[in-house]
Amino acid sequence: MSGETIARWQFGITTVYHFLFVPLTIGLSLTVASMQTAWVRTRNPDWLRLTRFWGKLMLINFAMGVVTGIVQEFQFGMNWSDYSRFVGDVFGAPLAMEALVAFFLESTFLGLWIFGWDRLPRRVHLATIWLAAGGTVISAYFILAANSWMQHPVGYRINPKTGRAELTSIWKVLTNSTQLVTFPHVVAGSLVTAGAVLMALSAWHLRRDHQVELHRKVAKLGVGVTIVASLATMGFGHLQAQVMTKQQPMKMASAEALWTTENNAPFSLFAYGDVNEGRNKVDLRIPDLLSFLATNSPSGEVRGVQDIAAAEQAKYGPGDYTPVMGITYWTFRLMMGLGGLALVLAVAFGLWLRRTGRPAPDGSTADPGATAQADPEEPAASQPAGRWSRLLLLAVVWGAALPYLANSAGWIFTEMGRQPWLVFGVLRTADGVSPGVSTATVLVTLIGFTLLYGALAVVALRLFLRHGRADIPELPGHGRPSGGDGAAGPDGSDDDLDRLPALAY
Amino acid sequence: MLADFWFVLVAVLWTGFFILEGFDFGVAALLGVLGRAARGSLPAPGGEALETDRRAVLGTIGPVWDGNEVWLLTAGGAMFAAFPEWYASLFSGFYLALFLVLAALIVRGVALEYRAKATTAAGRAWCDRGIVLGGLLPPLLFGVAFANIVRGVKMTPEHEVTSSLLDLLNPYGLLGGVTVLALCLLHGAVFVTLKTAGQVRRRARAAADALFVPAAAALLAYFVWTVVLRGDAAVDAIAAVAFVALLAAFGAHRAQRDGWAFVAMAATLAGLVATWFVAIAPEVLPRLGGGPGLTIHEAASSPYTLKLMTVVALVATPVVLAYQAWSYWVFRRRLVGADGPDNPAGRAAPAQEEAGIAS
Repeated sequence: MSGETIARWQFGITTVYHFLFVPLTIGLSLTVASMQTAWVRTRNPDWLRLTRFWGKLMLINFAMGVVTGIVQEFQFGMNWSDYSRFVGDVFGAPLAMEALVAFFLESTFLGLWIFGWDRLPRRVHLATIWLAAGGTVISAYFILAANSWMQHPVGYRINPKTGRAELTSIWKVLTNSTQLVTFPHVVAGSLVTAGAVLMALSAWHLRRDHQVELHRKVAKLGVGVTIVASLATMGFGHLQAQVMTKQQPMKMASAEALWTTENNAPFSLFAYGDVNEGRNKVDLRIPDLLSFLATNSPSGEVRGVQDIAAAEQAKYGPGDYTPVMGITYWTFRLMMGLGGLALVLAVAFGLWLRRTGRPAPDGSTADPGATAQADPEEPAASQPAGRWSRLLLLAVVWGAALPYLANSAGWIFTEMGRQPWLVFGVLRTADGVSPGVSTATVLVTLIGFTLLYGALAVVALRLFLRHGRADIPELPGHGRPSGGDGAAGPDGSDDDLDRLPALAY
Repeated sequence: MLADFWFVLVAVLWTGFFILEGFDFGVAALLGVLGRAARGSLPAPGGEALETDRRAVLGTIGPVWDGNEVWLLTAGGAMFAAFPEWYASLFSGFYLALFLVLAALIVRGVALEYRAKATTAAGRAWCDRGIVLGGLLPPLLFGVAFANIVRGVKMTPEHEVTSSLLDLLNPYGLLGGVTVLALCLLHGAVFVTLKTAGQVRRRARAAADALFVPAAAALLAYFVWTVVLRGDAAVDAIAAVAFVALLAAFGAHRAQRDGWAFVAMAATLAGLVATWFVAIAPEVLPRLGGGPGLTIHEAASSPYTLKLMTVVALVATPVVLAYQAWSYWVFRRRLVGADGPDNPAGRAAPAQEEAGIAS
């Protein structure tokens, strides 16, 4: 393997891994802030308990996003020094702004939130979580602006003396048409991720008839967030497809394995083809849909791979301008299909919650175990309704994987689909790597990062599940006697939140 | 002109990093020393007292370490935006050293954040190891790296660094590493002295007492070598001031003026960072053995970008400093360990509130 290939693998692994944690960080910090707001507004202690419980899970995930983000700040210089030299004038600006404006905000106020429960007035403390959550969103804006510039470079010129890109308008970079559709797509996708995780963990507890009332609250929140955010993700994704068709026609064509230019282009559901021959052997299609996705009109023209390749060769000189078709085609489908499945699950789970949540005479929600769900002790097969409930809840639990796979597929699609370009139409990936770093050295760090990240993934997931499966603790000095009956959870009395004098206001 | 301003600003960002993360590193590295089991005097079992002490030690940096680390990210980002060539040459050139720093920072961050959430004693012990490693390795490697920048590196005419990791481990580089590590350990001990009371503070005081002489010896040796290597009036003067500041820190520490001792330590670290940047100016990356290196103006971004970043920095930095300072003010109270006043059984002490919530 060449140094370029290994450097690309390293960037791919570290960045996709980083982005496993980022969407949940963004989505969960916003939803936990909402839970705390609900508590401050209503004084309902349930929301405080949920804020604490989900806040802890948010922090387990947040930490991983923070530490893997450190690598992102430096690896452009490490593995992509010629890229950094060429574009630093443009690309460095949003990165520096991200650190200065967003990273300080999120890290400082997150520290204040974690440790400030008994130090800050209630509303000030609430403000700290919103500021930290705002920091994550601002951070996403700057880094996506930087990425959008690689997809569609604007607001720059090439300095004829140095041969390097120079910024001419930060405004154009920050309001890049690519960015304006990408940012909402990514933030909405982050909320889908958080919604799916909220749903999954609640479903896990509901399946066990465990703290039903509390987990139903979160389940409803998760369903609502997932449905709204999924629709937003799709809507902005649709706008993105149109922008992409104009700006990177090759990416759109290769996403569809559309070899020749077509009007009334169909959307391909499943295709298997021969890249060398430039045609598909098997292709299952929905008529007109691609034209609609790409141009908003069922009869719009979508250019095919072969025509675009010829046009790009004429423009940029001889060379291969086609990305790896198997990857772009399938990641595009996986992104949309898995994301769509998350929406379907949310709708199904929402209906289930409605059906099982008929108010009992005393005003509280009915126990789903009594109406629809089998008692865990009894064989589920004896109650068909309970069996279906349990199956649905199990699907919701595993459904948490859907947005993760969709997010990763989306990034792999958009980055692989840009190849062979690093900055579209301006700099090739092969010209961006560090010339002075040997292949062996990159391989060493590739292996090092992969092992470290793999080990941390196990640690973080286990910790997340251990805390996620535990009881939602009573508030200190509140309610029923805790402990002694196995209700203490895996933390036992050591749980720091148990001791937290959070009601000291 | 603006490029020079940004050179100074990058130096300021690194100064902020070494002053703030400096004590984070020191506190983390000294965890096993400052948070050891109290003997005899307590009714609580040793394990619990040890745990309470460690939580108090880590509680001193718990709310702030992550914000402090952002100074590093901002310094990196500022170098990328204002001096792309510097960013590219330096970080691709010091590749393996930077990889080790990043790995250590990752381990440290996860260990710090997961320690209080660990559900077993073994899990906490692993976190403690990660915290100590993550406190020791980065300052050592940063010291090696900056000493080598001052010394100069081998590079091509295109400013691709060709020095290997082993080349960086030359005597001057290693002395720089030991110096920065010793100063960070001392800085951490002084910080814990300032931020705690009772037994933990007594241990921190003792650790600082023990660290002053080796730190002063290392700093003196490093400064003498630096003056021989790249001395001029400015470097000599700053080095002298920094060394005097270290002696002042010792005096203040002995007089139990904890706040002044901390300020003087911060001044020492600021002086050390200043010698690095003053010594290499007007270059950002000197060539080993003389010859033209990479200069501020060669490395700098276009005037537009520099102007833009100046506006951003002038607007954002005061705000950042204000809220970071506020967060230190919020957590100004001294923490106590297992010997805390209302803590006979090692439970429910203020220190636990503070350290315990450690995410």
